[in-house]
Amino acid sequence: MATPKPTVRKKSLGKRILKDLATNKYNYLLLLPAILYYVVFHYFPMYGAQIAFRDFYITKGILGSKWVGWKHFQTFFNSFYFGRLVRNTVLLSGYNIIFGFPAPIILALLLNEVRNQAFKRTVQTVTYLPHFISLVVSCGIVISFCRLNGLFNDIVAFFGKERILFLEKKEYFRTIYIASGIWQEVGWGSIIYLSAISAIDMQLYEAARIDGANRFQEAFHITIPGILPTIVILLILRVGRLMSLGYEKVLLLYNDSTRETADIISTYVYTRGIQKGEYSFAAAVDLFNSVINMVLLLSVNWISKKVQGSGLF
Amino acid sequence: MIKRSKGEIAFNIFNILFLTFLSIICLYPIYHVLMASLSESGPLLAHQGLLLWPAGFSWSSYRVIMNYPGIWTGYGNTLFIVLFGTCFSLLITTMAAYPLSRQGFPARNFFMLAITFTMIFNGGLIPRFLVIRDVGLYDSIFSLIIPVTINTTNLIIVRTAFAAIPPSLEESAKIDGANDLIIYARIIVPLAKATLAVIALYYGVAYWNSWFTASIYLRTRTKFPLQLILREILIANDNNQAGTDTELMSEGIKYAAIIVSTIPILCVYPFLQKYFVKGVMIGAVKE
Repeated sequence: MATPKPTVRKKSLGKRILKDLATNKYNYLLLLPAILYYVVFHYFPMYGAQIAFRDFYITKGILGSKWVGWKHFQTFFNSFYFGRLVRNTVLLSGYNIIFGFPAPIILALLLNEVRNQAFKRTVQTVTYLPHFISLVVSCGIVISFCRLNGLFNDIVAFFGKERILFLEKKEYFRTIYIASGIWQEVGWGSIIYLSAISAIDMQLYEAARIDGANRFQEAFHITIPGILPTIVILLILRVGRLMSLGYEKVLLLYNDSTRETADIISTYVYTRGIQKGEYSFAAAVDLFNSVINMVLLLSVNWISKKVQGSGLF
Repeated sequence: MIKRSKGEIAFNIFNILFLTFLSIICLYPIYHVLMASLSESGPLLAHQGLLLWPAGFSWSSYRVIMNYPGIWTGYGNTLFIVLFGTCFSLLITTMAAYPLSRQGFPARNFFMLAITFTMIFNGGLIPRFLVIRDVGLYDSIFSLIIPVTINTTNLIIVRTAFAAIPPSLEESAKIDGANDLIIYARIIVPLAKATLAVIALYYGVAYWNSWFTASIYLRTRTKFPLQLILREILIANDNNQAGTDTELMSEGIKYAAIIVSTIPILCVYPFLQKYFVKGVMIGAVKE
């Protein structure tokens, strides 16, 4: 029984809303906490983002603080940090996609070629394991292993090279960030591709075998094309989030000597805004990032609709 | 039996070797941490390279970590956050997902649009920080729960699951005189149990892992969750609040802290794995 549509007769908007509230009272009741949540914790901050255009003081409140227009944005664009932060964000995120994105696909393809099911399941269970370690702990392990007497340096020394404080060297930061990310997520990331592979029609493989295809040809002409739509969608998602890179891991791993390559826009917002209390300036930097992010996401979605016929929203 | 060419056999061997190597790389760091935590501090410091068994067996690192100030309150706080937070999030998410999944609810498209928009654009860290402070959550353990009650992706997954329940079930309940609240609690939620189990796990893991919000909003040490205490122990290079006693901590003690905090997860992991895997699939359907 579908709820009856509002009557066609023209009523005033107020009356129509009241009628809708009456017929759907339980629906609204159930939705109420969520509405409150989204209004308070998502839409209030959007309203509050206007402090980026003001000289905000807590004592004066948002509307009481002086309107200064683009001042904070200009300060940011003209500052020494602007180029460095954008470059670091794009490079860290970009390298992360270039190296981190194909890794689970390759793992899924290799796992798919394993005929021994027990071995396959063991590899899967073991490679999923790091995903369940919390970020603080995995970064703690990385830091311990990178010490002068840590495991990585023991390996370096074994090959006759000199021990290095990896986390103090700015040229190693991105490598450490990306490699530890692959370690933690490669197995987990492969699940989605394995499920896409399992959805491929087995008849295609049978037909290929009858035509004399070997396993490499099967992989290149059936498996990879079969999971290509999944790959494309996930890649689009990743590119759309290029600028919204997780800053929690950077905060855990970086230090003063690696800041030159490690500091990204979101960590800069944190240090200037939360730690130094420059609310308006940090909000301006963050707003700049949010807008770029939105534009990127919407354009990537548009491309996806053109190419695939379907987008994310 | 299919004949295998030499190339395929060579590939098989390479493949098995490579996957074995990868598994070792994934597992060894955890094993290394476990062995190091059971070592004596002197021999551990002198030891080089792979650690296949403890360097001089000793429980002393564990004794130190068990007496570390904050570790047990941290555990207690995290337990509360995970249990209460997961239940609360699940309740609010399912309550919202039900009306949003119903064809007959005219306002649902408007609300879905408003909710999806928050995934595309957000006000940013600072305005959010100010709002959370203004609503009085500063230095309250609920600042780790209330502001992250709903994860929009989870909400969409639950909504999709609810929408897949045949409307005929609702209709027959309505004829029997049930109102929407009863249908939600007695029919919709029980029927989507499998999906909700997955979502509960997602929420639980997110609450377990969260440390950043805690580091911003909490000031009183007795309210700190476990991850924040761990950061203090493990990540001494923190330039703003490096504790003096953390500098003195030996590696073995840090490793013991890792084991103590990770054991619960690693123990339940094999049993929960299949649910997680299922969750990835559900998410994939959505996308």
